[in-house]
Amino acid sequence: MSAATELDLATLDRAAVEDFLYREAALLDEWDLDGWLTLWAEHGTRYVVPCNDTPDGDPAQDLVLIDDDELRMRLRVERLNSRKAHREYPHSRTNHQVYNVVLGSPVDGDLPVTASFTVWRFRNGKASYYVGRYHYRLVVERGEPRIRSKRAVLDMTELRPAGDLAIIL
Amino acid sequence: MTQVEHPPAQLAGFMLVDEDPEHHRFRVHRDTMTSEQVFRDELERIFQRCWLYVGHESEVRNPGDYVRRPVGNRPVFMVRGVKSGKVHVFHNTCTHRGAVVCRQKSGNTKVFQCFYHAWTFDSEGQLKGVPGREAYGEKLDFDALALKAVARVESYRGFVFACFDPGAAPLVDYLAGAREYLDLIVDSADGDMEIIKGTNEYCVEANWKLLAENSVDGYHALPTHDTYFKYLVALGTDLSGGVAGTSHDLGNGHTVLEYAAPWGRPIAKWEPLFGEHARDEIAGLRAQLVAKYGEARAARMADTNRNMLIFPNLVVNDIMAVTVRTFMPSAPGRMDVTAWEMAPRGELPQLRQRRLDSFLTFLGPAGFATPDDVEALESCQQGFNSGGVEWNDISRGMAREPHGDDEAQMRVFWRRWAERMGSAGHLAVGR
Repeated sequence: MSAATELDLATLDRAAVEDFLYREAALLDEWDLDGWLTLWAEHGTRYVVPCNDTPDGDPAQDLVLIDDDELRMRLRVERLNSRKAHREYPHSRTNHQVYNVVLGSPVDGDLPVTASFTVWRFRNGKASYYVGRYHYRLVVERGEPRIRSKRAVLDMTELRPAGDLAIIL
Repeated sequence: MTQVEHPPAQLAGFMLVDEDPEHHRFRVHRDTMTSEQVFRDELERIFQRCWLYVGHESEVRNPGDYVRRPVGNRPVFMVRGVKSGKVHVFHNTCTHRGAVVCRQKSGNTKVFQCFYHAWTFDSEGQLKGVPGREAYGEKLDFDALALKAVARVESYRGFVFACFDPGAAPLVDYLAGAREYLDLIVDSADGDMEIIKGTNEYCVEANWKLLAENSVDGYHALPTHDTYFKYLVALGTDLSGGVAGTSHDLGNGHTVLEYAAPWGRPIAKWEPLFGEHARDEIAGLRAQLVAKYGEARAARMADTNRNMLIFPNLVVNDIMAVTVRTFMPSAPGRMDVTAWEMAPRGELPQLRQRRLDSFLTFLGPAGFATPDDVEALESCQQGFNSGGVEWNDISRGMAREPHGDDEAQMRVFWRRWAERMGSAGHLAVGR
Protein backbone atom coordinates (compact mmCIF):
# COMPACT_ATOMS: atom_id res chain seq x y z
CA MET A 1 0.00 0.00 0.00
CA SER A 2 1.37 3.42 -0.90
CA ALA A 3 2.33 5.87 1.80
CA ALA A 4 -0.16 8.37 0.35
CA THR A 5 -3.08 5.99 0.93
CA GLU A 6 -1.96 5.34 4.48
CA LEU A 7 -1.83 9.06 5.06
CA ASP A 8 -5.30 9.59 3.66
CA LEU A 9 -6.76 6.78 5.71
CA ALA A 10 -4.97 8.14 8.74
CA THR A 11 -6.75 11.46 8.36
CA LEU A 12 -10.10 9.73 8.52
CA ASP A 13 -11.01 10.26 12.14
CA ARG A 14 -14.30 9.42 13.74
CA ALA A 15 -15.82 12.81 13.02
CA ALA A 16 -14.98 12.49 9.32
CA VAL A 17 -16.34 8.93 9.21
CA GLU A 18 -19.54 9.99 10.98
CA ASP A 19 -20.02 12.86 8.53
CA PHE A 20 -19.61 10.40 5.69
CA LEU A 21 -22.07 7.90 7.17
CA TYR A 22 -24.61 10.66 7.83
CA ARG A 23 -24.23 11.74 4.21
CA GLU A 24 -24.92 8.17 3.10
CA ALA A 25 -27.99 7.99 5.37
CA ALA A 26 -29.29 11.28 3.98
CA LEU A 27 -28.91 10.12 0.37
CA LEU A 28 -30.80 6.92 1.14
CA ASP A 29 -33.55 8.82 2.96
CA GLU A 30 -33.83 11.25 0.05
CA TRP A 31 -34.05 8.31 -2.37
CA ASP A 32 -31.06 9.74 -4.24
CA LEU A 33 -29.82 6.25 -5.01
CA ASP A 34 -27.65 7.34 -7.93
CA GLY A 35 -25.96 9.69 -5.50
CA TRP A 36 -25.62 6.80 -3.06
CA LEU A 37 -23.82 4.74 -5.72
CA THR A 38 -21.16 7.46 -6.04
CA LEU A 39 -20.17 6.83 -2.41
CA TRP A 40 -18.77 3.42 -3.35
CA ALA A 41 -15.17 2.58 -4.23
CA GLU A 42 -14.35 1.94 -7.86
CA HIS A 43 -13.53 -1.74 -7.55
CA GLY A 44 -14.25 -4.80 -5.47
CA THR A 45 -17.39 -3.48 -3.81
CA ARG A 46 -19.81 -5.66 -1.89
CA TYR A 47 -23.06 -5.01 -0.03
CA VAL A 48 -24.22 -7.95 2.09
CA VAL A 49 -27.11 -8.58 4.49
CA PRO A 50 -27.05 -12.05 6.10
CA CYS A 51 -30.22 -13.93 7.05
CA ASN A 52 -31.51 -13.13 10.52
CA ASP A 53 -30.74 -16.62 11.85
CA THR A 54 -27.16 -16.70 10.50
CA PRO A 55 -25.52 -13.37 11.37
CA ASP A 56 -22.14 -14.87 10.49
CA GLY A 57 -23.45 -16.12 7.13
CA ASP A 58 -20.88 -16.43 4.35
CA PRO A 59 -22.40 -15.51 0.97
CA ALA A 60 -20.19 -18.08 -0.75
CA GLN A 61 -21.74 -20.98 1.17
CA ASP A 62 -24.82 -19.83 3.02
CA LEU A 63 -28.10 -18.29 2.00
CA VAL A 64 -28.08 -14.55 2.70
CA LEU A 65 -30.68 -11.85 2.11
CA ILE A 66 -28.50 -9.58 -0.03
CA ASP A 67 -25.16 -10.23 -1.71
CA ASP A 68 -24.58 -7.41 -4.20
CA ASP A 69 -21.44 -6.86 -6.18
CA GLU A 70 -21.02 -3.69 -8.22
CA LEU A 71 -23.30 -4.86 -11.05
CA ARG A 72 -26.08 -6.16 -8.83
CA MET A 73 -25.97 -3.02 -6.70
CA ARG A 74 -26.37 -0.89 -9.81
CA LEU A 75 -29.25 -3.08 -11.01
CA ARG A 76 -30.86 -2.89 -7.57
CA VAL A 77 -30.74 0.91 -7.81
CA GLU A 78 -32.13 0.84 -11.37
CA ARG A 79 -34.96 -1.36 -10.15
CA LEU A 80 -35.76 0.88 -7.19
CA ASN A 81 -35.65 3.97 -9.42
CA SER A 82 -38.18 2.44 -11.82
CA ARG A 83 -41.91 2.48 -11.33
CA LYS A 84 -41.98 -1.29 -11.54
CA ALA A 85 -40.41 -2.15 -8.22
CA HIS A 86 -43.98 -2.46 -6.97
CA ARG A 87 -43.04 -2.94 -3.34
CA GLU A 88 -41.32 0.43 -3.42
CA TYR A 89 -43.59 2.33 -5.75
CA PRO A 90 -44.51 4.66 -4.31
CA HIS A 91 -41.38 4.71 -2.18
CA SER A 92 -41.44 4.22 1.55
CA ARG A 93 -40.35 7.09 3.71
CA THR A 94 -37.27 5.96 5.55
CA ASN A 95 -35.12 7.26 8.36
CA HIS A 96 -31.62 5.77 8.55
CA GLN A 97 -30.14 6.38 12.01
CA VAL A 98 -26.44 5.67 12.55
CA TYR A 99 -24.68 5.70 15.92
CA ASN A 100 -22.13 3.93 18.15
CA VAL A 101 -19.52 4.47 15.46
CA VAL A 102 -16.26 2.64 16.16
CA LEU A 103 -13.14 2.81 13.98
CA GLY A 104 -10.80 -0.17 13.77
CA SER A 105 -7.19 -0.31 12.63
CA PRO A 106 -6.54 -0.23 8.88
CA VAL A 107 -6.32 -3.65 7.20
CA ASP A 108 -4.86 -3.94 3.68
CA GLY A 109 -5.54 -0.28 2.99
CA ASP A 110 -9.15 -0.45 4.20
CA LEU A 111 -10.47 1.14 7.35
CA PRO A 112 -12.87 -1.14 9.24
CA VAL A 113 -15.75 0.76 10.81
CA THR A 114 -18.68 -0.59 12.76
CA ALA A 115 -21.80 1.34 13.65
CA SER A 116 -25.24 0.60 15.01
CA PHE A 117 -28.23 1.34 12.85
CA THR A 118 -31.96 1.71 13.17
CA VAL A 119 -33.77 2.11 9.87
CA TRP A 120 -37.40 3.08 10.07
CA ARG A 121 -39.63 2.45 7.09
CA PHE A 122 -43.09 3.99 6.76
CA ARG A 123 -45.50 3.12 3.99
CA ASN A 124 -49.26 2.83 3.64
CA GLY A 125 -49.77 3.69 7.29
CA LYS A 126 -47.46 0.89 8.40
CA ALA A 127 -44.29 1.47 10.40
CA SER A 128 -41.52 -1.10 10.38
CA TYR A 129 -37.94 -1.11 11.58
CA TYR A 130 -34.63 -2.75 10.93
CA VAL A 131 -32.12 -2.79 13.80
CA GLY A 132 -28.58 -4.06 13.68
CA ARG A 133 -24.95 -3.24 13.15
CA TYR A 134 -23.08 -2.10 10.06
CA HIS A 135 -19.64 -3.47 9.29
CA TYR A 136 -17.94 -1.18 6.78
CA ARG A 137 -14.62 -1.26 5.03
CA LEU A 138 -13.86 2.31 3.96
CA VAL A 139 -11.13 3.52 1.63
CA VAL A 140 -10.01 6.93 0.45
CA GLU A 141 -10.14 7.57 -3.27
CA ARG A 142 -9.23 10.94 -4.77
CA GLY A 143 -9.25 12.44 -1.33
CA GLU A 144 -12.79 11.26 -0.49
CA PRO A 145 -13.95 8.45 1.75
CA ARG A 146 -15.55 5.63 -0.22
CA ILE A 147 -17.26 2.36 0.75
CA ARG A 148 -15.43 -0.80 -0.24
CA SER A 149 -17.85 -3.09 1.50
CA LYS A 150 -20.86 -2.83 3.75
CA ARG A 151 -22.36 -5.67 5.73
CA ALA A 152 -25.58 -4.96 7.60
CA VAL A 153 -26.15 -7.58 10.30
CA LEU A 154 -29.71 -7.57 11.64
CA ASP A 155 -30.34 -8.03 15.34
CA MET A 156 -33.97 -9.02 14.91
CA THR A 157 -34.24 -12.80 15.29
CA GLU A 158 -36.59 -12.90 12.28
CA LEU A 159 -37.37 -10.53 9.44
CA ARG A 160 -41.10 -10.92 10.15
CA PRO A 161 -41.66 -7.66 12.07
CA ALA A 162 -40.48 -5.77 9.00
CA GLY A 163 -42.18 -8.04 6.46
CA ASP A 164 -39.62 -7.93 3.64
CA LEU A 165 -36.44 -6.01 2.81
CA ALA A 166 -37.09 -4.14 -0.42
CA ILE A 167 -35.24 -1.00 0.70
CA ILE A 168 -31.50 -0.46 1.09
CA LEU A 169 -30.27 -0.52 4.67
CA MET B 1 -60.05 -32.60 -14.45
CA THR B 2 -61.13 -33.60 -10.95
CA GLN B 3 -64.76 -32.90 -10.23
CA VAL B 4 -65.79 -31.34 -6.98
CA GLU B 5 -67.33 -33.76 -4.59
CA HIS B 6 -69.96 -31.49 -3.24
CA PRO B 7 -70.41 -32.13 0.45
CA PRO B 8 -73.98 -32.05 1.68
CA ALA B 9 -75.10 -28.52 2.26
CA GLN B 10 -75.61 -28.15 5.98
CA LEU B 11 -75.95 -24.44 6.21
CA ALA B 12 -78.53 -22.41 4.48
CA GLY B 13 -76.31 -20.64 2.04
CA PHE B 14 -74.01 -21.12 -0.89
CA MET B 15 -70.57 -22.50 -1.64
CA LEU B 16 -67.61 -20.21 -1.11
CA VAL B 17 -65.99 -21.95 -4.05
CA ASP B 18 -68.33 -21.76 -7.00
CA GLU B 19 -67.59 -23.80 -10.11
CA ASP B 20 -69.79 -23.40 -13.16
CA PRO B 21 -68.22 -25.36 -16.02
CA GLU B 22 -71.14 -24.64 -18.31
CA HIS B 23 -70.31 -20.95 -18.25
CA HIS B 24 -66.54 -21.50 -17.98
CA ARG B 25 -66.62 -19.75 -14.66
CA PHE B 26 -64.78 -20.58 -11.46
CA ARG B 27 -64.94 -18.14 -8.63
CA VAL B 28 -63.97 -17.93 -4.99
CA HIS B 29 -65.81 -15.81 -2.49
CA ARG B 30 -63.62 -13.18 -0.85
CA ASP B 31 -64.89 -14.21 2.58
CA THR B 32 -62.41 -17.08 2.20
CA MET B 33 -59.70 -14.44 2.56
CA THR B 34 -61.14 -12.15 5.19
CA SER B 35 -63.47 -14.07 7.50
CA GLU B 36 -62.42 -14.91 11.07
CA GLN B 37 -64.83 -17.83 11.03
CA VAL B 38 -63.29 -19.28 7.87
CA PHE B 39 -59.83 -18.87 9.45
CA ARG B 40 -60.88 -20.75 12.59
CA ASP B 41 -62.47 -23.48 10.50
CA GLU B 42 -59.29 -23.77 8.44
CA LEU B 43 -57.20 -24.30 11.55
CA GLU B 44 -59.49 -27.14 12.56
CA ARG B 45 -60.34 -28.72 9.24
CA ILE B 46 -57.13 -28.19 7.29
CA PHE B 47 -54.15 -27.53 9.54
CA GLN B 48 -55.20 -30.05 12.21
CA ARG B 49 -55.83 -32.77 9.68
CA CYS B 50 -53.40 -32.43 6.78
CA TRP B 51 -49.77 -33.51 6.67
CA LEU B 52 -47.63 -30.42 7.27
CA TYR B 53 -43.96 -29.99 6.41
CA VAL B 54 -41.66 -29.91 9.43
CA GLY B 55 -38.17 -29.90 7.97
CA HIS B 56 -35.57 -31.86 6.09
CA GLU B 57 -33.59 -34.77 7.47
CA SER B 58 -30.34 -33.05 6.48
CA GLU B 59 -31.07 -30.43 9.14
CA VAL B 60 -30.65 -33.13 11.80
CA ARG B 61 -27.97 -35.20 10.13
CA ASN B 62 -26.17 -36.31 13.31
CA PRO B 63 -27.56 -38.09 16.40
CA GLY B 64 -28.73 -35.44 18.85
CA ASP B 65 -29.14 -32.71 16.20
CA TYR B 66 -32.33 -30.74 16.63
CA VAL B 67 -34.25 -27.81 15.17
CA ARG B 68 -37.10 -25.99 16.84
CA ARG B 69 -39.90 -24.35 14.87
CA PRO B 70 -43.65 -23.92 14.83
CA VAL B 71 -45.70 -26.30 12.71
CA GLY B 72 -49.35 -25.43 12.24
CA ASN B 73 -48.77 -22.58 14.73
CA ARG B 74 -47.72 -25.05 17.42
CA PRO B 75 -44.20 -25.04 18.85
CA VAL B 76 -42.58 -28.40 18.09
CA PHE B 77 -39.04 -29.62 17.62
CA MET B 78 -37.44 -32.22 15.41
CA VAL B 79 -34.57 -34.25 16.83
CA ARG B 80 -32.56 -37.26 15.70
CA GLY B 81 -32.48 -39.75 18.55
CA VAL B 82 -28.99 -40.55 19.83
CA LYS B 83 -29.80 -44.21 20.45
CA SER B 84 -32.28 -44.98 17.67
CA GLY B 85 -31.06 -42.63 14.91
CA LYS B 86 -34.75 -41.99 14.26
CA VAL B 87 -36.13 -38.52 13.53
CA HIS B 88 -38.71 -37.56 16.16
CA VAL B 89 -41.02 -34.58 16.22
CA PHE B 90 -42.13 -33.68 19.74
CA HIS B 91 -44.58 -31.17 21.09
CA ASN B 92 -42.31 -28.58 22.68
CA THR B 93 -43.79 -28.70 26.16
CA CYS B 94 -42.72 -30.28 29.40
CA THR B 95 -45.06 -33.09 30.44
CA HIS B 96 -44.83 -31.79 34.02
CA ARG B 97 -46.23 -28.25 33.98
CA GLY B 98 -45.87 -27.07 30.41
CA ALA B 99 -42.74 -24.98 29.86
CA VAL B 100 -40.98 -25.40 26.53
CA VAL B 101 -38.11 -27.86 26.80
CA CYS B 102 -36.25 -27.00 23.58
CA ARG B 103 -35.19 -23.39 23.97
CA GLN B 104 -32.60 -22.98 21.24
CA LYS B 105 -33.39 -22.65 17.57
CA SER B 106 -31.05 -25.47 16.65
CA GLY B 107 -28.15 -27.43 18.07
CA ASN B 108 -26.96 -30.82 19.23
CA THR B 109 -27.70 -32.32 22.61
CA LYS B 110 -28.10 -35.58 24.47
CA VAL B 111 -30.78 -34.23 26.79
CA PHE B 112 -33.48 -31.59 26.93
CA GLN B 113 -33.83 -30.21 30.39
CA CYS B 114 -36.82 -28.12 31.33
CA PHE B 115 -35.38 -25.15 33.22
CA TYR B 116 -38.49 -24.69 35.34
CA HIS B 117 -38.22 -27.79 37.59
CA ALA B 118 -35.29 -29.49 35.84
CA TRP B 119 -37.16 -32.49 34.46
CA THR B 120 -34.82 -34.03 31.92
CA PHE B 121 -35.68 -35.90 28.72
CA ASP B 122 -33.32 -37.76 26.41
CA SER B 123 -33.25 -37.32 22.63
CA GLU B 124 -35.76 -40.19 22.26
CA GLY B 125 -38.18 -38.29 24.49
CA GLN B 126 -37.86 -40.57 27.55
CA LEU B 127 -38.07 -38.90 30.95
CA LYS B 128 -34.67 -39.53 32.51
CA GLY B 129 -34.40 -37.11 35.38
CA VAL B 130 -36.85 -35.82 38.00
CA PRO B 131 -35.31 -33.92 40.92
CA GLY B 132 -36.53 -35.35 44.21
CA ARG B 133 -38.13 -38.39 42.62
CA GLU B 134 -38.65 -39.93 46.07
CA ALA B 135 -41.35 -37.34 46.69
CA TYR B 136 -43.59 -39.13 44.17
CA GLY B 137 -45.63 -42.20 45.02
CA GLU B 138 -44.28 -45.54 43.82
CA LYS B 139 -47.26 -46.18 41.54
CA LEU B 140 -46.78 -43.06 39.39
CA ASP B 141 -45.90 -44.15 35.85
CA PHE B 142 -42.92 -42.01 34.81
CA ASP B 143 -42.72 -43.74 31.42
CA ALA B 144 -46.07 -42.20 30.57
CA LEU B 145 -44.54 -38.79 31.21
CA ALA B 146 -42.21 -39.02 28.22
CA LEU B 147 -42.21 -36.13 25.75
CA LYS B 148 -45.31 -36.27 23.60
CA ALA B 149 -44.60 -37.00 19.96
CA VAL B 150 -46.82 -35.37 17.35
CA ALA B 151 -49.56 -37.88 16.49
CA ARG B 152 -48.07 -38.83 13.11
CA VAL B 153 -44.54 -38.25 11.82
CA GLU B 154 -43.39 -39.68 8.50
CA SER B 155 -40.85 -38.69 5.92
CA TYR B 156 -40.51 -39.05 2.19
CA ARG B 157 -37.09 -38.83 0.49
CA GLY B 158 -35.80 -36.73 3.38
CA PHE B 159 -38.82 -34.39 3.65
CA VAL B 160 -40.23 -34.77 7.17
CA PHE B 161 -43.94 -34.18 7.68
CA ALA B 162 -46.15 -34.29 10.74
CA CYS B 163 -49.88 -34.60 11.15
CA PHE B 164 -51.87 -33.82 14.29
CA ASP B 165 -54.65 -36.22 13.24
CA PRO B 166 -53.85 -39.77 14.44
CA GLY B 167 -56.29 -41.19 11.90
CA ALA B 168 -54.73 -39.56 8.84
CA ALA B 169 -53.86 -41.66 5.78
CA PRO B 170 -50.14 -42.48 5.41
CA LEU B 171 -47.92 -39.70 4.05
CA VAL B 172 -47.08 -41.57 0.83
CA ASP B 173 -50.78 -41.81 0.01
CA TYR B 174 -51.35 -38.20 0.97
CA LEU B 175 -48.55 -36.99 -1.31
CA ALA B 176 -50.07 -38.85 -4.28
CA GLY B 177 -48.66 -37.50 -7.56
CA ALA B 178 -46.40 -35.02 -5.75
CA ARG B 179 -44.06 -37.92 -4.92
CA GLU B 180 -42.80 -38.16 -8.47
CA TYR B 181 -41.86 -34.49 -8.48
CA LEU B 182 -40.00 -34.79 -5.19
CA ASP B 183 -38.26 -37.83 -6.71
CA LEU B 184 -37.18 -35.74 -9.71
CA ILE B 185 -35.43 -33.27 -7.43
CA VAL B 186 -33.86 -35.80 -5.10
CA ASP B 187 -32.81 -38.22 -7.86
CA SER B 188 -31.19 -35.40 -9.83
CA ALA B 189 -28.84 -34.94 -6.88
CA ASP B 190 -28.17 -38.64 -6.51
CA GLY B 191 -30.35 -38.74 -3.45
CA ASP B 192 -28.14 -36.40 -1.44
CA MET B 193 -29.86 -33.06 -0.95
CA GLU B 194 -29.25 -30.70 1.94
CA ILE B 195 -30.79 -27.56 3.33
CA ILE B 196 -28.34 -24.68 3.05
CA LYS B 197 -27.64 -22.65 6.21
CA GLY B 198 -29.64 -19.41 6.37
CA THR B 199 -33.42 -19.15 6.65
CA ASN B 200 -35.79 -16.61 5.13
CA GLU B 201 -38.36 -15.84 7.79
CA TYR B 202 -40.61 -13.08 6.60
CA CYS B 203 -44.20 -12.02 6.84
CA VAL B 204 -46.97 -11.03 4.47
CA GLU B 205 -50.05 -9.14 5.59
CA ALA B 206 -52.34 -11.13 3.38
CA ASN B 207 -54.34 -14.33 3.47
CA TRP B 208 -52.21 -17.49 3.24
CA LYS B 209 -54.14 -18.85 0.26
CA LEU B 210 -52.98 -15.88 -1.81
CA LEU B 211 -49.45 -17.23 -1.52
CA ALA B 212 -50.61 -20.74 -2.41
CA GLU B 213 -52.05 -19.25 -5.59
CA ASN B 214 -49.09 -16.97 -6.26
CA SER B 215 -46.53 -19.76 -5.90
CA VAL B 216 -47.96 -21.56 -8.94
CA ASP B 217 -49.16 -18.52 -10.88
CA GLY B 218 -47.56 -18.25 -14.30
CA TYR B 219 -49.91 -15.45 -15.35
CA HIS B 220 -48.45 -12.83 -13.00
CA ALA B 221 -44.79 -13.39 -13.88
CA LEU B 222 -44.38 -10.87 -16.69
CA PRO B 223 -46.38 -7.92 -15.35
CA THR B 224 -45.32 -8.30 -11.71
CA HIS B 225 -41.69 -9.25 -12.23
CA ASP B 226 -40.65 -6.93 -15.03
CA THR B 227 -37.64 -5.68 -13.05
CA TYR B 228 -36.47 -9.22 -12.37
CA PHE B 229 -36.53 -10.19 -16.04
CA LYS B 230 -34.64 -6.97 -16.83
CA TYR B 231 -32.08 -8.04 -14.26
CA LEU B 232 -31.68 -11.45 -15.91
CA VAL B 233 -31.26 -9.85 -19.31
CA ALA B 234 -28.67 -7.45 -17.88
CA LEU B 235 -26.74 -10.47 -16.62
CA GLY B 236 -26.75 -11.88 -20.13
CA THR B 237 -29.47 -14.52 -19.83
CA ASP B 238 -31.24 -15.22 -23.10
CA LEU B 239 -34.96 -15.36 -22.33
CA SER B 240 -36.04 -15.88 -25.93
CA GLY B 241 -36.64 -19.59 -25.33
CA GLY B 242 -39.69 -18.63 -23.26
CA VAL B 243 -41.40 -20.40 -20.41
CA ALA B 244 -44.00 -22.45 -22.26
CA GLY B 245 -45.46 -25.21 -20.16
CA THR B 246 -48.48 -26.68 -18.52
CA SER B 247 -49.88 -27.61 -15.14
CA HIS B 248 -50.86 -30.95 -13.67
CA ASP B 249 -53.33 -32.03 -11.04
CA LEU B 250 -51.30 -34.27 -8.72
CA GLY B 251 -54.26 -35.36 -6.60
CA ASN B 252 -55.30 -34.42 -3.05
CA GLY B 253 -55.06 -30.71 -3.88
CA HIS B 254 -51.41 -30.86 -4.93
CA THR B 255 -50.50 -29.29 -8.23
CA VAL B 256 -47.47 -28.42 -10.31
CA LEU B 257 -46.50 -26.04 -13.08
CA GLU B 258 -43.93 -27.58 -15.39
CA TYR B 259 -42.33 -25.28 -17.96
CA ALA B 260 -39.29 -24.65 -20.09
CA ALA B 261 -36.24 -22.98 -18.51
CA PRO B 262 -34.78 -20.28 -20.74
CA TRP B 263 -32.12 -19.77 -18.07
CA GLY B 264 -29.42 -22.13 -16.87
CA ARG B 265 -29.92 -24.73 -14.16
CA PRO B 266 -27.13 -26.02 -11.92
CA ILE B 267 -28.55 -29.47 -12.71
CA ALA B 268 -27.88 -29.58 -15.57
CA LYS B 269 -28.32 -26.90 -18.21
CA TRP B 270 -25.34 -24.69 -18.88
CA GLU B 271 -25.60 -21.01 -19.76
CA PRO B 272 -22.79 -18.48 -20.27
CA LEU B 273 -23.43 -17.00 -16.83
CA PHE B 274 -22.06 -20.18 -15.23
CA GLY B 275 -18.69 -19.52 -16.84
CA GLU B 276 -16.71 -21.61 -19.29
CA HIS B 277 -15.02 -23.53 -16.48
CA ALA B 278 -18.37 -24.99 -15.40
CA ARG B 279 -19.33 -26.12 -18.88
CA ASP B 280 -17.67 -29.53 -18.74
CA GLU B 281 -18.85 -30.12 -15.22
CA ILE B 282 -22.48 -29.50 -16.17
CA ALA B 283 -22.15 -31.61 -19.31
CA GLY B 284 -20.79 -34.39 -17.10
CA LEU B 285 -23.69 -34.05 -14.63
CA ARG B 286 -26.12 -34.27 -17.50
CA ALA B 287 -24.42 -37.34 -19.00
CA GLN B 288 -24.69 -39.04 -15.60
CA LEU B 289 -28.40 -38.26 -15.41
CA VAL B 290 -28.97 -39.65 -18.92
CA ALA B 291 -27.01 -42.81 -18.11
CA LYS B 292 -28.98 -43.32 -14.91
CA TYR B 293 -32.49 -42.27 -15.83
CA GLY B 294 -32.64 -42.25 -19.64
CA GLU B 295 -32.87 -39.30 -21.99
CA ALA B 296 -36.48 -38.32 -21.33
CA ARG B 297 -36.36 -38.23 -17.53
CA ALA B 298 -32.91 -36.64 -17.56
CA ALA B 299 -34.20 -33.89 -19.86
CA ARG B 300 -37.07 -33.19 -17.46
CA MET B 301 -34.65 -32.96 -14.55
CA ALA B 302 -32.27 -30.70 -16.40
CA ASP B 303 -34.35 -28.55 -18.73
CA THR B 304 -37.67 -27.91 -17.01
CA ASN B 305 -38.69 -25.77 -14.08
CA ARG B 306 -41.29 -27.03 -11.69
CA ASN B 307 -43.35 -24.96 -9.25
CA MET B 308 -45.14 -27.40 -6.99
CA LEU B 309 -47.76 -26.75 -4.36
CA ILE B 310 -48.33 -29.54 -1.85
CA PHE B 311 -51.66 -28.94 -0.14
CA PRO B 312 -52.12 -27.00 2.00
CA ASN B 313 -49.01 -24.89 2.60
CA LEU B 314 -45.81 -26.34 1.19
CA VAL B 315 -44.17 -25.09 -1.98
CA VAL B 316 -41.21 -26.86 -3.52
CA ASN B 317 -40.01 -24.91 -6.52
CA ASP B 318 -37.21 -26.26 -8.67
CA ILE B 319 -36.29 -23.28 -10.82
CA MET B 320 -32.70 -21.96 -10.96
CA ALA B 321 -32.47 -22.97 -7.36
CA VAL B 322 -34.67 -25.21 -5.24
CA THR B 323 -36.82 -23.58 -2.62
CA VAL B 324 -38.73 -25.27 0.17
CA ARG B 325 -41.26 -22.76 1.44
CA THR B 326 -44.01 -23.09 3.97
CA PHE B 327 -46.48 -20.49 5.17
CA MET B 328 -48.91 -20.39 8.04
CA PRO B 329 -51.69 -17.95 8.82
CA SER B 330 -51.76 -16.23 12.18
CA ALA B 331 -54.93 -14.33 11.20
CA PRO B 332 -57.13 -14.10 8.09
CA GLY B 333 -55.01 -11.24 6.80
CA ARG B 334 -51.54 -12.28 7.90
CA MET B 335 -49.13 -15.16 7.34
CA ASP B 336 -45.63 -16.10 8.38
CA VAL B 337 -43.50 -17.40 5.54
CA THR B 338 -40.46 -19.59 6.12
CA ALA B 339 -38.24 -20.56 3.21
CA TRP B 340 -35.13 -22.66 2.87
CA GLU B 341 -32.81 -23.35 -0.01
CA MET B 342 -32.10 -26.94 -0.92
CA ALA B 343 -29.08 -28.05 -2.92
CA PRO B 344 -27.05 -31.15 -3.70
CA ARG B 345 -24.52 -31.78 -0.96
CA GLY B 346 -20.96 -31.22 -2.04
CA GLU B 347 -21.71 -29.56 -5.37
CA LEU B 348 -19.02 -27.48 -7.08
CA PRO B 349 -18.47 -24.11 -5.40
CA GLN B 350 -19.16 -22.13 -8.60
CA LEU B 351 -22.48 -23.95 -9.11
CA ARG B 352 -23.37 -23.42 -5.46
CA GLN B 353 -22.56 -19.72 -5.85
CA ARG B 354 -24.79 -19.41 -8.90
CA ARG B 355 -27.56 -21.26 -7.10
CA LEU B 356 -27.26 -18.97 -4.08
CA ASP B 357 -27.31 -15.90 -6.33
CA SER B 358 -30.41 -17.14 -8.14
CA PHE B 359 -32.24 -17.86 -4.92
CA LEU B 360 -31.59 -14.60 -3.19
CA THR B 361 -32.23 -12.42 -6.23
CA PHE B 362 -35.49 -14.12 -7.21
CA LEU B 363 -36.92 -15.96 -4.21
CA GLY B 364 -35.54 -14.03 -1.27
CA PRO B 365 -37.47 -11.30 0.60
CA ALA B 366 -34.72 -8.81 -0.29
CA GLY B 367 -34.43 -9.89 -3.91
CA PHE B 368 -35.71 -8.47 -7.16
CA ALA B 369 -39.01 -10.38 -7.26
CA THR B 370 -40.41 -11.61 -3.93
CA PRO B 371 -40.95 -8.10 -2.48
CA ASP B 372 -43.21 -7.39 -5.45
CA ASP B 373 -45.16 -10.60 -4.80
CA VAL B 374 -45.54 -9.46 -1.20
CA GLU B 375 -46.85 -6.15 -2.49
CA ALA B 376 -49.29 -7.90 -4.85
CA LEU B 377 -50.68 -10.14 -2.11
CA GLU B 378 -51.04 -7.30 0.38
CA SER B 379 -52.62 -5.20 -2.32
CA CYS B 380 -55.24 -7.93 -2.92
CA GLN B 381 -55.96 -8.12 0.79
CA GLN B 382 -56.42 -4.35 0.92
CA GLY B 383 -58.66 -4.55 -2.13
CA PHE B 384 -60.86 -7.16 -0.45
CA ASN B 385 -61.50 -4.74 2.39
CA SER B 386 -62.94 -2.29 -0.08
CA GLY B 387 -65.94 -4.56 -0.49
CA GLY B 388 -68.35 -4.06 -3.36
CA VAL B 389 -66.86 -7.03 -5.23
CA GLU B 390 -67.70 -10.35 -3.63
CA TRP B 391 -65.85 -12.88 -5.78
CA ASN B 392 -62.37 -13.53 -7.15
CA ASP B 393 -62.38 -14.90 -10.69
CA ILE B 394 -60.15 -17.92 -11.31
CA SER B 395 -61.57 -19.01 -14.67
CA ARG B 396 -58.54 -18.56 -16.90
CA GLY B 397 -58.02 -21.53 -19.21
CA MET B 398 -61.22 -23.40 -18.30
CA ALA B 399 -62.08 -24.03 -21.93
CA ARG B 400 -58.72 -25.42 -23.05
CA GLU B 401 -55.94 -27.78 -22.08
CA PRO B 402 -54.19 -25.82 -19.35
CA HIS B 403 -51.29 -23.61 -20.33
CA GLY B 404 -48.64 -22.71 -17.80
CA ASP B 405 -50.10 -19.24 -17.43
CA ASP B 406 -53.65 -20.47 -16.88
CA GLU B 407 -55.31 -20.92 -13.51
CA ALA B 408 -56.13 -24.63 -13.61
CA GLN B 409 -53.57 -25.29 -10.86
CA MET B 410 -55.31 -22.82 -8.56
CA ARG B 411 -58.63 -24.51 -9.22
CA VAL B 412 -57.03 -27.81 -8.12
CA PHE B 413 -56.08 -26.17 -4.83
CA TRP B 414 -59.47 -24.55 -4.30
CA ARG B 415 -61.45 -27.72 -5.01
CA ARG B 416 -59.48 -29.53 -2.36
CA TRP B 417 -59.86 -26.61 0.00
CA ALA B 418 -63.64 -26.76 -0.45
CA GLU B 419 -63.67 -30.52 0.14
CA ARG B 420 -61.62 -30.21 3.30
CA MET B 421 -63.74 -27.37 4.62
CA GLY B 422 -66.96 -29.28 3.99
CA SER B 423 -69.91 -27.45 5.43
CA ALA B 424 -67.60 -24.67 6.62
CA GLY B 425 -66.94 -23.92 2.97
CA HIS B 426 -70.48 -22.63 2.74
CA LEU B 427 -71.41 -19.10 3.40
CA ALA B 428 -74.50 -18.73 5.51
CA VAL B 429 -76.84 -16.25 3.98
CA GLY B 430 -77.08 -13.12 6.05
CA ARG B 431 -73.90 -13.79 8.01
